Amino acid sequence: MEINTTTTSTQVLHRGRGSFSWRALMLLTAAIIAIPVLIIVASLLQNYSPVWEHLLDTVLRDYVLNSLLLMLGVGSGTLVLGVSAAWLTAMCEFPGRRVFNWALLLPMAMPAYIIAYTYTGMLDFSGPIQSALRSHFDWGFGDYYFPEIRSLGGAICMLSLVLYPYVYLLVRVAFSEQSTAVLEASRSLGKGPWKTLFLVALPMARPAIAAGVSLALMEALADFGTVDYFGVSTFTTGIFRTWYGLGELRAAAQLAAFLLLFVFILFVLEQYSRRRMRFHHNSVQQKPTRIMLKGWRAGCAFLLALTIVTAGFLLPALQLASWASERLASTDVSGFMTLVTSSFTLAAIASTCCLVLALILAYGKRLHPGPLERQAARVSSMGYAVPGTVIAVGVLIPFAWMDNRVDALMREHFNISTGLVLSGTLAALVFAYVVRFLSVSLQTVDSGLARIRPSIDESARSLGKGPLQVLQHIHLPMLRGSVATALLLVFVDVLKELPTTLILRPFNFNTLAVRAYELASDERLADAALPALAIVLIGLLPVTLMTRTSSATAAIHPRAKQLNKDHHE
Amino acid sequence: MNSQLALQGVAVSYGDYTAAQEVTLSLEQGQIGCLLGPSGCGKTTLLRAIAGFEQVSAGTIKLRGQAISRPGAQLPPEQRKVGMVFQDFALFPHLNVQRNVGFGLHAMDRKSRAQRVQEMLSLVNLEAYAKSYPHELSGGQQQRVALARALAPNPEILLLDEPFSNLDSELREQLATEVRQLLKRNGVTAILVTHDQNEAFAVADQITLMRDGRVVQIDTPYNLYHNPASEFVAEFIGQGSIITVSVDDTGELDNGLGILDMGHRHWQAGESLRLLVRPDDVEYDDFSSLSLPIVSKSFRGAHYLYELGLPDGQSVPCMTPSHVDRSVGQTLSVKFNLQHVVVFPALKEAQS
Amino acid sequence: MRFNYQTAGRLASVLLAVFASLALFTPSSYAKTVNVYSARQEALIKPMLDKFSEETGIHVNLITGGGDALLTRLRTEGRNSPADVLLTVDAGRLYRAKEAGVLQAVQSEYLEQAIPAHLRDSEGYWFGLSVRARVIAYASDRVKAEQLSTYEALAEPQWRKRLCVRSSNNIYNQSMVASMLSTQGKEATEHWLKGLLANFARPPQGGDRDQIKAVAAGQCDLALVNSYYYGAMLELGSPEEQAAAQKVALFFPNQDDRGTHINISGAGVTKAAKHVAEATALIEFLARPEAQQWYAETNYEYPASKDIEASSLLKSWGDFKADSVDVTELGRLNPQAVMAMDRAKWK
Repeated sequence: MEINTTTTSTQVLHRGRGSFSWRALMLLTAAIIAIPVLIIVASLLQNYSPVWEHLLDTVLRDYVLNSLLLMLGVGSGTLVLGVSAAWLTAMCEFPGRRVFNWALLLPMAMPAYIIAYTYTGMLDFSGPIQSALRSHFDWGFGDYYFPEIRSLGGAICMLSLVLYPYVYLLVRVAFSEQSTAVLEASRSLGKGPWKTLFLVALPMARPAIAAGVSLALMEALADFGTVDYFGVSTFTTGIFRTWYGLGELRAAAQLAAFLLLFVFILFVLEQYSRRRMRFHHNSVQQKPTRIMLKGWRAGCAFLLALTIVTAGFLLPALQLASWASERLASTDVSGFMTLVTSSFTLAAIASTCCLVLALILAYGKRLHPGPLERQAARVSSMGYAVPGTVIAVGVLIPFAWMDNRVDALMREHFNISTGLVLSGTLAALVFAYVVRFLSVSLQTVDSGLARIRPSIDESARSLGKGPLQVLQHIHLPMLRGSVATALLLVFVDVLKELPTTLILRPFNFNTLAVRAYELASDERLADAALPALAIVLIGLLPVTLMTRTSSATAAIHPRAKQLNKDHHE
Repeated sequence: MNSQLALQGVAVSYGDYTAAQEVTLSLEQGQIGCLLGPSGCGKTTLLRAIAGFEQVSAGTIKLRGQAISRPGAQLPPEQRKVGMVFQDFALFPHLNVQRNVGFGLHAMDRKSRAQRVQEMLSLVNLEAYAKSYPHELSGGQQQRVALARALAPNPEILLLDEPFSNLDSELREQLATEVRQLLKRNGVTAILVTHDQNEAFAVADQITLMRDGRVVQIDTPYNLYHNPASEFVAEFIGQGSIITVSVDDTGELDNGLGILDMGHRHWQAGESLRLLVRPDDVEYDDFSSLSLPIVSKSFRGAHYLYELGLPDGQSVPCMTPSHVDRSVGQTLSVKFNLQHVVVFPALKEAQS
Repeated sequence: MRFNYQTAGRLASVLLAVFASLALFTPSSYAKTVNVYSARQEALIKPMLDKFSEETGIHVNLITGGGDALLTRLRTEGRNSPADVLLTVDAGRLYRAKEAGVLQAVQSEYLEQAIPAHLRDSEGYWFGLSVRARVIAYASDRVKAEQLSTYEALAEPQWRKRLCVRSSNNIYNQSMVASMLSTQGKEATEHWLKGLLANFARPPQGGDRDQIKAVAAGQCDLALVNSYYYGAMLELGSPEEQAAAQKVALFFPNQDDRGTHINISGAGVTKAAKHVAEATALIEFLARPEAQQWYAETNYEYPASKDIEASSLLKSWGDFKADSVDVTELGRLNPQAVMAMDRAKWK
């Protein structure tokens, strides 16, 4: 009897300690990742230089207005493109759906500033289209109207075209995991397929839509290359202007901090608005039956999907390819392969790091759904909205401080100099990537977890599994899709990443993005095309890998599954 | 053609596989029907065909005389005026109870909609939960919300797909009775799909028993129990075992269990017969000369259900009061009461 | 490919190890090295650095990036910074680096002799290495060179809606306005900006090549550009670019007074430098005739060194008088120039 009691109490103790350490791990991770962001936010407490007066008097209103318009535009653009693409491929059947399923992801591999260059090359006043129009109709400047590509509207189009896949990916998963019964319930209550989409399917996919759109919005807010090239003054170009032009790093950091606060408030509001709602399924999952599109409807679906892929990928890729072919002969192949390898390795390492940390945070939040944990996870994923260069400064400061302190101590006590141990290494760079892109993997893993009912955790825990085992045996297998998505998104993001890499990289270390940008910023588009094309091609690799895994399950037609089930019974 | 619902020769197939075929049945206004059968018998498929989620490959489905499903011509689900309660209730997780119930009331103005929602909530006793979200409710409450939601638009027919299977058993029986009363009080025509005969008996006026996609018998619960049309029905409904016997011309069974009621004149003397023995056909009687060995037993609260071995190796069930507590291997004295026993002609397989 | 979680678990545990080993990623060490932070892009400096290594045996490690970003990195790294040389593409950044105290003065007779005084820091903190002129590109079929004279004249009403120029985020626009501030004073400059903006044919956008293309395509008649973009388009550009450049000619303004506005690319030795001798040798190397020639020929810049002649293409555009204002002054005035442009609403 006594022995029995002891065992029980040790078990209780053990379980308590196990979950405590998970919580500690989570908070510690969040705290470390939040440091760069907090350093930027802390700038708000420093003195405000007189330059603020100038900013308020002159340009700040434009910065804010343009950024808001950009958000509005990119938000609606990615929402419409992403959701309709997801709806078509997840819920409908039309010719070519299988191919579009993955082809619609392709634009994600296009860096926004590259697509901006290619479209400008095509649509600009001096580009081939307008030139042809002019020579054909004998028009001159001002004789006709042609939409100006280098404008706010143009920036919105460019960013929407390359950012919608965030929405598409997350919403498609949400759609395909939606309970059929709920959709049928709506149909039997007198709502047709379209009303059911807007009243039930979309609201139920809201966490995924919110996650996707907010990723796209944060990326749009942090974008510098596109808006700068198009001459649109946004908050981000303002940050750089304040830093570079006015030489006011602190004021620039303060601007960035305000941007962060704004994004933070936006998230809190969104979360608050759905505070009592739940979105996970209360049913056994049943694959939805696709709506068979026939005749002109199928044609429309096909055309819509084709247009999106063409505009977001095919056209710019072809333009790049034609530029690249001009310079192919004069390329240093071995140097180029080094670039490819280093870009690939870096992206692979960073995406894995992000995934592991995202799992720690997302799962910690699930185990301990307290306000502290929730805010910790949120703060640690704020880095996504901050322009990469600003993040890089936030990373530089603590790393250099730590290195210099260690060095000072060593000099004082042992008379040896350790120099900079971590600053200027790949470790600092990967850390910066994590700070910047954690949000992507966290949101993806989070929205995946949200679709798993808590009772599943509880049943596994009651079967004697610890939190880690539940994660390993229950959630990870169920989350396979989300995990792959998180890896893919960060991989492609890091591949395209530029400003952080530029500042933090070690000596003699180059990536494709750096090479493409350096050449493009020197306006040598033809030379930039090859590395840009390589980014796109490497980005395709995980996309196709992922479609192979997901099509393996999707290949079983729902009907066939049902048939199987019926037979076995 | 005054039936509320009529199915005429309906078949549903997926490619080469036919889930249901030659289904003909009808339901009068205010009647509660039930599709009963083992898993995979096609009953849910049939229900979904009535709701419009599956297409029929043959036959017609008519609702109040109007054809709603024919091969190649299907009225979409949302135009059928069919209410449905799903197995998992399928409540909209992002809407509160009030908005779930009001979801189908799009034709009404705001005021009458609110009134109707109120009415429905009081019908299912959930007025206090109007603002709650589905995940904040218990299983029984969710089920009542699902019912209120389906009934709110006044459907021509209510379809219930295993509505009680997600609930615990006590709640199940209680709710089944409540649901029947509620439907009857409001004169709702309904069809229930279940694999549980107790549920079917508790709710339905008319039961359609299905097997392998076909209708086996359509009847009242009483007739289904007492007049099963086939051995399959007999085995599926209620307890009991079917034994093979032969009789002489007086009706005396060859194994000495007793004499058949001469009312069952289906047989020829000396021929083999199949006999359905229900537990209440074998009475415990301490004074009987016939005692049979106990093969197994199970405790049922007020009763024991014993399985007794016959000399020829077959076995029969026997229900006793629970104080008659014997062990397996001992014997039990019994008396056979064969007046109402159901007799089927012997199967060829059984003879061989 | 199936995702195996057992593997993933192990992968995670190795992650820390990988992270640690990443920290050890450092370029192999050479007997003599010099570490360079360069705002000049790799393609536009690497060949010269390789040449330097070849000749001197000193290995060069390189990071390229934005001038201010590199300056920030240099500052936060403090006395332990590995950088020996900071290379920038405008005088303003060099001025800021000196102000921030991250550079040190070096004495080099060669540099003092080769680089004119107004293109280097008087105390030897930094040295200009190449010169970039901001010139007027004009449509040779619609505009005659006689119509052009000065930067100031670009604000005249005759050019209404005929001028293309890129965003004021561009450092060369900023330093051009700074030079205006230094010679004309604040009020005159703001008045000039007002007139200039009224003459913009379209909102500022694109890069310098885009302005030249816009002139060629007829969207505007004049553009303010750096001369080397024109040279690169003419000789290295795609066929379309070459065709565009051929429709456009360059004009060097203010030849009758202070001269055409120039900016420099230049370099200084960092305060934290551990290889001062090598760093000085590198800067001297970049000021030597061979390197200067290379700047001029591959990137169409003007040599900073007095002894070197411009490339034949550059010479074909004619000699020009460069503004001899101390470029340090431009760096000092840069913030005020940006503010003036903000007030004028030059995007």
